[in-house]
Amino acid sequence: MEILVQGLKEGFLLIWQMDAEIFDVTLLSLQVSLTALVLSALIGVPLGAALALTKVRGKQVILNTVYTLMGLPPVLAGLLVYLLLTSRGLLGQYELLFTPAAMVMAQVLLAAPIVCGLTARAVLALNQEVYDTAATLGATRRQATLSIMREARMGIIAALTTALGRVIAEVGAVMLVGGNIRWSTRVLTTSIVLETRMGNFSTAIAIGIILLTISFAINLFILTLEKRTFRYENTIQIT
Amino acid sequence: MFKKSKLTLVIGLLLIFMMSVLAGCAQEEAPDQSADQPPAAKELKLATTTSTEDSGLLDYILPEFEKDANYKVQVIAVGTGQAIEMGEAGDVDVILVHSRAAEDKFVEDGFGVDRRDVMYNDFLIIGSAEDPAGIKGEADVLKAFVAIQEKQAPFVSRGDNSGTDKKEKGIWKKAEITPEGDWYIEVGQGMGDTFRMADEKKAYTLIDRATYLALKDNYQLEPMVEGSPDLLNPYGVIPVNPEKYAHVDFEGATAFAEWLTSEKGQQMIGEFGVDEYGQALFVPDAK
Repeated sequence: MEILVQGLKEGFLLIWQMDAEIFDVTLLSLQVSLTALVLSALIGVPLGAALALTKVRGKQVILNTVYTLMGLPPVLAGLLVYLLLTSRGLLGQYELLFTPAAMVMAQVLLAAPIVCGLTARAVLALNQEVYDTAATLGATRRQATLSIMREARMGIIAALTTALGRVIAEVGAVMLVGGNIRWSTRVLTTSIVLETRMGNFSTAIAIGIILLTISFAINLFILTLEKRTFRYENTIQIT
Repeated sequence: MFKKSKLTLVIGLLLIFMMSVLAGCAQEEAPDQSADQPPAAKELKLATTTSTEDSGLLDYILPEFEKDANYKVQVIAVGTGQAIEMGEAGDVDVILVHSRAAEDKFVEDGFGVDRRDVMYNDFLIIGSAEDPAGIKGEADVLKAFVAIQEKQAPFVSRGDNSGTDKKEKGIWKKAEITPEGDWYIEVGQGMGDTFRMADEKKAYTLIDRATYLALKDNYQLEPMVEGSPDLLNPYGVIPVNPEKYAHVDFEGATAFAEWLTSEKGQQMIGEFGVDEYGQALFVPDAK
């Protein structure tokens, strides 16, 4: 209990005083995870939509695989990227191991299946009517597809927030491929592990609070955006 | 708009706080179920460092002591600082630790009596065969550290405030160097992970011999500097003072200290690890 209160106090102090190291660590957390999210969106949204909208052979198997990868253990994703980047690995010559780029790669491996899978689900949940209506209104194939994506945007936003939540809170992969190097690849989650191991429980909790606050702020931003675009006109009303 | 979002933030933080408090309470209620150990001969509580337990030394020597003295030793393996604290609180009967300054203070303050040297293990500097700082075979670790800093050769540091980390920081201090810059890589991880990262980066690192011997076949770094007096890590055994805490088993603690420093105890310490690694992990040095 005492530790928690201490942690809270320390957390506010760390934020208020803009501790240089914590600021650095927080910034890197944001940079790595947001970059990973953007890349995952560029890969996952088109792929998920294509999976849902086209008839390919073995679609069921592909979807099943994507859904499985959504639960990829972070440390396993980290290990795969590690083996790829190690000096004896396939991409070893580029010396990317223990850099933020490596951390982004591992997080994309975790986030892209989530974005892809949830986008596919959101699109699959729509009715044929959406496409047909657009088509009867004289929309081209391309325009009709876009209108489907617009209908599915709520689900796609949910996919992106879920993915971001997963990568920013993840520790196993970034610890392995980033190495938790001070002033270089240390992020919020690896700092929590380090402080806990050193017995500095209140500092660990303080950093945890910073992490949660960031998540809260990001979600607040997305929710506000969502509210502005949707105005919840389609919300189900129980009368 | 600004006010509103600030309010939301405050409410959000409150929610987070409440959740953490709930989580904390739940955790506090959980444990307390490990008190049904069968009562053996006589119990002796020993606080010691993780290195003696993790290396397997205690598993090797304690059964023999228990047979000889008819005691059952309960081992509490923690960091040196915490082990000493347990002794100061009278929670254990005897401590076996490695921090000479703290040990002397422990005795000076009247918490422990009759400290004895038991053994030492040692650290070594390892690095890649290319040896950019040219320190291979250097007898003086301080000179080796100076050369590493001058050449700005990559050096991976534990950076986790552990015993090994403190040892390394102590050597930098003694060499009058403040290590900083791109070449000095603080990873904040355990010894095994630090070894792996140093190997990947072809960097130097300070490592304890037990971990080095256990993992060396997985990696390519080689010993560079060893045997320097600054790299030794002496262990002492100290019974807790019965005048401070009447309930401690001073008789048992003394029996343990005497056994460790006896010919038999010393011989067992000296032979531990030879079968597996071809060399001893701890060097007995009782007087």
